[in-house]
Amino acid sequence: MPARDNPQLSKRFKIEPRDFLRAGEVSLQVQRTLKNIGFEEELVRRAAICAYEAEMNVVLHGGDGILTLTVHSEEIVLDVTDDGPGIEDIDLALKEGYSTATPEQREMGFGAGMGLPNIKENADSFEVKSGKGSGTHLMIGLKARKNGGELNV
Amino acid sequence: MESNKSAMKLADIKEILRAKVIVGHEDLDQYVTAGTGSDLMSDILRGPTNGAVLLTGLNNIQVIRTAVIAGLKAVVLVRGKQPSPEMIEHALEHKLPLLSTPFTMYSSCGRLFSKGLRGIEQKVSR
Repeated sequence: MPARDNPQLSKRFKIEPRDFLRAGEVSLQVQRTLKNIGFEEELVRRAAICAYEAEMNVVLHGGDGILTLTVHSEEIVLDVTDDGPGIEDIDLALKEGYSTATPEQREMGFGAGMGLPNIKENADSFEVKSGKGSGTHLMIGLKARKNGGELNV
Repeated sequence: MESNKSAMKLADIKEILRAKVIVGHEDLDQYVTAGTGSDLMSDILRGPTNGAVLLTGLNNIQVIRTAVIAGLKAVVLVRGKQPSPEMIEHALEHKLPLLSTPFTMYSSCGRLFSKGLRGIEQKVSR
């Protein structure tokens, strides 16, 4: 990944656990913010998917969560922390199709077991720090390409 | 987008699926590039979904948000499902066409596919 210079923009969003009425709104704000800055469409889409999967994980499994969006000149960074129960086996959680969603959550369309794999697929760098009882910290990086011209940060 | 051989007009999708347009009457002349069908949110987010139409049996507000995040062009609810007022409000806010077809998921996908709308796969290895 490119070196991270001083951020050109940094925004913090609170994610409420179990709030299914608003679940996804933070990611839509991230999507809007990146779009307005002028990043190319596909990059915005990939970043939005990463944010959304991370946000949904907090809503489904987490305690209180914070998503921080930071835009550097050559990188978009999504940092997502929650003080939920944490992930016992990270390798297993990264396996496509593995899910710990409840039957109720599955009925709502969650629990495909593709959350972390989707982040891995769309990010340029991805790191998970977690352990049983110690919350979860996701660090997601995407190489930023300008859509021609200057960015409106 | 018209140069894409598989692209299909929303008006044609409405016709082929005998669908009711709930949101997006003014967008019926727009094209979708491919079709995808799923009832699982994270599956919907997999693959090059931008510009595609989503067929789904999921009928909740997350579908609208997932569709917007995935860059989908339109959502069709199968089995004649009717969206909630909140879903309609969200679809309007995000200018996301929302339709409802009486056909099942299987029949809906088959009808569109047989009329030339391809899936979102680029290539499938053997």
